[in-house]
Amino acid sequence: MKTIDEINEKIRSGKAVVVTAEEMIEITKEKGTKKASEYVDVVTTGTFGPMCSSGMFLNVGHSKPRIKIGGGRCTLNDVPAYCGLAAVDIYIGATAMPDDDPRNMVYPGAFKYGGGHVIEEFISGRDIKLVATAYGTDCYPKKKIETYINKYNVNEAYLFNPRNSYQNYNVAVNLTNRIIYTYMGIVKPNLHSANYCSAGQLSPLLKDPKYRTIGIGTKIFLGGGVGFVTWNGTQHNPNVPRSPDGIPRAGAGTLATIGDAKQMDPSFLKGASFIGYGATMFVGLGIPIPVIDEEMAYFTSRSDEDYWAQVVDYGNDYPNRNPVSLCEVNYAQLKSGKINVNGTEVPTFPISSYSKAREIAELLKDWIISGRFLLTNPVAPLPGVGSEIKMNALEVRDIENP
Amino acid sequence: MKKRIIIRFKKNMIDKPIVYRLAKDFNLIFNILRANVLPKADSIMVVELEGSDEDYQRGIEYLVQTGCDIEPIEQDIKRDEAKCVHCGVCTSVCAPSALYLNRDTMKVEFDYERCVACELCVRVCPVKALNVYFDY
Repeated sequence: MKTIDEINEKIRSGKAVVVTAEEMIEITKEKGTKKASEYVDVVTTGTFGPMCSSGMFLNVGHSKPRIKIGGGRCTLNDVPAYCGLAAVDIYIGATAMPDDDPRNMVYPGAFKYGGGHVIEEFISGRDIKLVATAYGTDCYPKKKIETYINKYNVNEAYLFNPRNSYQNYNVAVNLTNRIIYTYMGIVKPNLHSANYCSAGQLSPLLKDPKYRTIGIGTKIFLGGGVGFVTWNGTQHNPNVPRSPDGIPRAGAGTLATIGDAKQMDPSFLKGASFIGYGATMFVGLGIPIPVIDEEMAYFTSRSDEDYWAQVVDYGNDYPNRNPVSLCEVNYAQLKSGKINVNGTEVPTFPISSYSKAREIAELLKDWIISGRFLLTNPVAPLPGVGSEIKMNALEVRDIENP
Repeated sequence: MKKRIIIRFKKNMIDKPIVYRLAKDFNLIFNILRANVLPKADSIMVVELEGSDEDYQRGIEYLVQTGCDIEPIEQDIKRDEAKCVHCGVCTSVCAPSALYLNRDTMKVEFDYERCVACELCVRVCPVKALNVYFDY
């Protein structure tokens, strides 16, 4: 049993043993979980995938005379930002689109430029065109503004992502006879492709399946900079089917995250366009997991064969919210390039980048070894297995006869 | 040998049956993968040519003498290595598997020899790392 404070002391004195989740698998195969738990102090993880529930808060500073963008309207590079806040606080979400984008009017839409692209450009240090209109008040008389902002002249700029780093995810197939364009990419008709989206054995929340060390306040790698877990993410659902050892076999926990956008790196935060679906953003995220005891050595050393996901039909079942799983497959099968779905061999394709996930885990490991990144004790736990949480669906009521 | 090339030719050449000549005079097996032939603008054709080394060389010489520009296919389909995040989305639409995942590095590799210039990857790449420079 080690405490996080003890591990931090070892990091400070340069004696901590820090390994990536891939290395941990090999170490534990050789030493067993007991010895591995004594030898290894920290296991680093990583993931790099499209995460729609991401965005950035900005305080753009006050113009002369002042303008109250709050309650008005504003765009960044023609992409609408939310301004129902104080005078010059705005929020740009990853999936926001310019008003004149044709979207899916010409199907499948290209969604070439959206909020995620604005955030990537901002982080790269480029000028972003801010246009805002306001109603004007005695204290904020200006009614229109057109100018450029960038990361050097705004006040705060921080990512606040309501849902990142899904603990496991569906595998998408298509049982209809037409091609479908989804957030899981293009899924070919008649079960001709299966798309998956998880780093599997490198994925942060899969390595701490019971949220024993990851909690509110945990310091993380976010978009190439340092961030924190602020809350459980939206749709956080610890109560999904789990393996006997506690590893979730479907999309379960999620994280809400925060971090200073000005110190982030565009190679770990990239605007993305999903044909026929929309604009979004690739987010790179990594979490160090302290190996406080043998159980954490066990969890951090599970490999792709131990992580199972549900195969779901995105042609009919998913859009109609039918909770049907066609079968279960593990990430070793998914990464091999083909899976077997009830007797049919189906080629598999990833949506998230495993090589980037690996890069993040390596980078985080270097940060910790060099002493520039210390571990944190969570200030409060995430809702765990057996908590009251259940997923609510939206039951649509008749407006006339509620 | 078997090779995929891009043939560009001027608008004043569309009355010349160059593909017929390649087959008849130089014994080359041709497979037109893509063509955009316009009467009032420059034209382009993506062709796979197969034959003996000698026939292939003579065929190419003929094309050049006739006034065609010959380019290797990789000159016109490019991946921006700085932009690519190796997510793998392109591999799902690439029928000839020119774009494929290296299972060791889990990076997307691009085998230009197998590319048929269908451009599907260009449309689906989420970060627009794949580009085609055919100017029609």
